[in-house]
Amino acid sequence: MFESVLVANRGEIARRVIRTARGVGLKAIAVYSEADADLPYVQEADESVLIGPAKPAESYLHVDSIIEAARRTNARAVHPGYGFLAENAAFAERVMAEGLVWVGPSAQAIAAMGDKINARNLMAAAGVPVAAGTPEPVPDADAAVREAARIGYPVMVKAAGGGGGIGMSVARDEPELRKAYDTARTRAERFFGNPDILLERFVERARHVEVQILGLADGTVIALGERDCSVQRRHQKIVEETPSPGVGADLRARMLAAAVRAGEAVGYRGAGTVECLVDPAAQDFVFLEMNTRLQVEHPITELVTGVDLVEQQLLIAAGEPISFAPAAPRGHAIEFRVYAEDPRRFLPSPGEIKVWEEPTGEGVRVDAGYTAGNKVTPFYDPLLAKLCVYGSDRPDALRRAAGAIAAFQVDGLKTNLPFFAELLENAEFAQGTYDTGLVDGRMRAS
Amino acid sequence: MAEVRAEMVANVWKVVVQEGAQVDDGDTLVILESMKMEIPVIAENSGTVVQLKVAEGDVVQEGDLIAVIE
Repeated sequence: MFESVLVANRGEIARRVIRTARGVGLKAIAVYSEADADLPYVQEADESVLIGPAKPAESYLHVDSIIEAARRTNARAVHPGYGFLAENAAFAERVMAEGLVWVGPSAQAIAAMGDKINARNLMAAAGVPVAAGTPEPVPDADAAVREAARIGYPVMVKAAGGGGGIGMSVARDEPELRKAYDTARTRAERFFGNPDILLERFVERARHVEVQILGLADGTVIALGERDCSVQRRHQKIVEETPSPGVGADLRARMLAAAVRAGEAVGYRGAGTVECLVDPAAQDFVFLEMNTRLQVEHPITELVTGVDLVEQQLLIAAGEPISFAPAAPRGHAIEFRVYAEDPRRFLPSPGEIKVWEEPTGEGVRVDAGYTAGNKVTPFYDPLLAKLCVYGSDRPDALRRAAGAIAAFQVDGLKTNLPFFAELLENAEFAQGTYDTGLVDGRMRAS
Repeated sequence: MAEVRAEMVANVWKVVVQEGAQVDDGDTLVILESMKMEIPVIAENSGTVVQLKVAEGDVVQEGDLIAVIE
């Protein structure tokens, strides 16, 4: 194993990676922007390096500054977390060219999966089911209209280089499609530097379910169960749970096998996630995309498997065997993404945290990026903390969730905690029959 | 006369109208960005933009004046 790792990220995920790195005896190195100097992860690292101003382009996305920080601290490996440079193939290549260990899959695997059009085609060739859609970039709105006529409305319009729900929208007819195409195009160029657009058949009342995979150092790929991510606002996940209440044993077995094939098709190494859309009535699924990094919601998989995924990432990157024997997951886990946003319209609410009291107790895990006294700035995404609960079954986990949400005290800015209290009272959520239309379509229908 | 103010701390991403422009109720004046989300600032009445207090790249605080419509 290498002796030190630089975490090229911020907030809760930097803190979470640093915790495991130090736990297995590595020196953990943090990087931070001028806006983040007071955050807990900067204090908890063995060494911290200021890499630039608040704007991501001048700090967390600034490759030269991060490489320079690694050189100055004599880091031996780089862990990218999620977001920022985590799925940037050129960054992965640069890290390796500098003689550092990249804690992630090969640059080729990142590039192959980073383009959603290419990923769709690769998966179809590997025998993984994909939704009806466009096998090539759609060059303009007229072409989109022609393709939609072939695929059938409603269609989902997406940026090929996109992620995080940005630039995605559903179109139910031609006028909506023309508008959605233009929006997606603008966002794709602005946020992802790749203007390519694809269309896919939109599956109504679908669940968004993903499979955690690990590509081991010896080349085998294993699956560690699924996560249901259907509670979304603006196409972004806010609550995840495992196992999925909408996936039966037969469908689960087929999805896990397909996810392993997907990983094998790109020679995957490390932790990755194969995202699928599930039609719960038909108990069928299609491939959506693959995330070539640790996922935000990885803690719920850790809670039901007892496996530390960051530790496995570090072992695999070092070329060593994993530290556990694969076994069936036990119990039920749910994650709530606590955001700095108002609980009604979900609009950002930056500010200073005056009070921060995390819930504690059996089956409660909080991965937080902030604490009392910290400033939450408008420069980064609104995730404050991940509140995770574990129970012997779903009702048990839901009971713990209610207690933990009520006990979580944050003051100084608005959070979506009151929304989660409301969600627990929602009949569809309580029964587990919800789909991706729950929040924007029914709880917050405009 | 109507004052349009920022609802939250944000960066000014795009200025859509200029001083002197005629706007209708519902027109976008500027687009703010906060926490990776675009937030359009909308005119709530029709009239002339007599003052525009922000430029692209500015940081606005909650309650800051963005524009005055007459």
